[in-house]
Amino acid sequence: MIAFVLRRFAQAVIVMLAVALVAFVMFRFMGDPITNLLGQDATVADRQAMMERLGLDRPMPVQYFDFISRAVQGDFGISYRMARPVSEVILERLPATLELAAVSGLMALLLGVSFGVYTALRRDGWLSHVIMTVSLIGVSLPTFLIGILLIWVFAVELGWLPSFGRGETIQIGWWRTGFLTESGLKSLILPAITLGLFQMTLIMRLVRSEMLEVLRTDYIRFARARGLSSRAINFGHALKNTLVPVITITGLQLGAIIAFAIITETVFQWPGVGLLFINAIKFVDVPVMSAYLLLIALIFVTINLIVDLLYYAVDPRLRVERPKAADTT
Amino acid sequence: MTEPLLQVRNLRVEFPTRHGTLVAVDDISFDIAKGEVLGVVGESGAGKSMTGSAIIGLIDPPGRIGGGEVLLEGRRIDNLPPSEMRKVRGRKIGMVFQDPLTSLNPLYTIGEQLIETIQTHMALSDSAARKRAIELLGEVGIPAPESRLNSYPHQYSGGMRQRVVIALALAADPALVIADEPTTALDVSVQAQIIALLKRTCAEHGAAVMLITHDMGVIAETADRVAVMYAGRIVEIGPVREVIKSARHPYTEGLMASIPSLSHEQDRLFQIDGSMPRLNAIPPGCAFHPRCPHVFARCREERPELVQSGASRAACWLHAGDRR
Repeated sequence: MIAFVLRRFAQAVIVMLAVALVAFVMFRFMGDPITNLLGQDATVADRQAMMERLGLDRPMPVQYFDFISRAVQGDFGISYRMARPVSEVILERLPATLELAAVSGLMALLLGVSFGVYTALRRDGWLSHVIMTVSLIGVSLPTFLIGILLIWVFAVELGWLPSFGRGETIQIGWWRTGFLTESGLKSLILPAITLGLFQMTLIMRLVRSEMLEVLRTDYIRFARARGLSSRAINFGHALKNTLVPVITITGLQLGAIIAFAIITETVFQWPGVGLLFINAIKFVDVPVMSAYLLLIALIFVTINLIVDLLYYAVDPRLRVERPKAADTT
Repeated sequence: MTEPLLQVRNLRVEFPTRHGTLVAVDDISFDIAKGEVLGVVGESGAGKSMTGSAIIGLIDPPGRIGGGEVLLEGRRIDNLPPSEMRKVRGRKIGMVFQDPLTSLNPLYTIGEQLIETIQTHMALSDSAARKRAIELLGEVGIPAPESRLNSYPHQYSGGMRQRVVIALALAADPALVIADEPTTALDVSVQAQIIALLKRTCAEHGAAVMLITHDMGVIAETADRVAVMYAGRIVEIGPVREVIKSARHPYTEGLMASIPSLSHEQDRLFQIDGSMPRLNAIPPGCAFHPRCPHVFARCREERPELVQSGASRAACWLHAGDRR
């Protein structure tokens, strides 16, 4: 168990180092920081002096190491555009994105699993057909279109919900939350649906097909032959087996929700890190871009690590066989 | 004579398909007495497993019972509502499936699955159910049952798992155990053990056994009576010695002759020519007539019913008395 965790952890560190290399290389290829700081008409001597001051004249590996050691301490440099430390800007924006992602992820998971189980158990019910048909729309429409449609219906035509921003927020420590005000919660609804709809339909279809697969297996038949109640069979035996593959996809999807928040945040002008990233691209704000890249990579890697550990918890076949239990006929 | 434990009357199992209804089990009737072991033999697709599934009410849709009735201890069970039928399954009728590797849920320990089954049917406390689970595992020959209770199915070998499946089938002391090819998926060396175990434990629990197999040798050693099935019908049924020693139906004769024997020299193994008809192309008259060595005109036109012939009953015009 410990060896397994350590191995996965080492893999995660390697992935992070590789992503950090990409983030580091961005500085060299996207714009020239010296020109950015001193302007086009600086003298060669001035440029040389600035390079020495910033340490850009040192060998690449040294600079890479320096970049990593500072990144580990949360220092990603100064935003070119805002002239503030990048870590500060990101921390300020992160709660908005995390709140949005958490709500849509939770929605996608809860509704996805329940709809999936329902449509698998009542395969021929009319409600199942309705859900399956609607889910096709969720799978096939692009996120920005769903967002714009929702804004048109609920914000423009009906006027029930705000079309942009986070509404009023309350500061708790460094965390700025929109959960505690009415306008904050109202503002959350449309972006959360927009962001979570695709993931929800994906999870639902996955749960449904896995569940149908599991219900056909011998051990479900045997469970029926043992006279267990359909509740115990469907939710105890079948659902647990369904969850093994669902966990993987859901884990990856949670990462994707945070990464793809960019589009939703742009459509709804949601003040999160995704919007920050889009603006950073517009102004070639390389420190912000590289920090965002590292952040998303870190989230993905962490979620993957958690998913692997969850496998362990759910599926006993992955656990290392204890020598005591290994005797066989 | 006391009332039989299980009575199957004119049972018919059919599958509606786009090209008409296929009849997998066609008008079969038989009894199983208390504590008796009835062997059911036949080729793949003869309707043996389907008969077992029909009795326990687990035919997968779109298959359905198209006629006849099944009585357990005098009570009709084929038309019970699902919630009532659930109480029969496991409690009155236990079932053992063919493949022990896939019969157990891989994500639950053996103990969890046993205790769950016991508590579904018996009002026992957790500790009493656990005690019973340990006893059952001990009975089916699992060494150190107390510690193996917490093992998962993948930590057991195939033979061990089939022992667990037998323990699960017997968990609530059913009156009848339907064993559907219980040894087909096992190593030859383990097969005899499992059959002996099945017979012994069922006898100890007073359960009758319906043993479905295509292995005539297993039937010969285990069963009290045997039913031979062909193309969805019973062609011969009778005491096991009688059927083996003096088979009435030509199909049974063929089956017996095709068992390899070490005792006397045989250059070639006997085989029945041809193969069993598919469900959508069952010939008129006796379904066996295209393969039968003794076929005559009447076999092609009229379907024979089971008639008494010595101690057994056979569905063959050769034994109908009025041969034309």
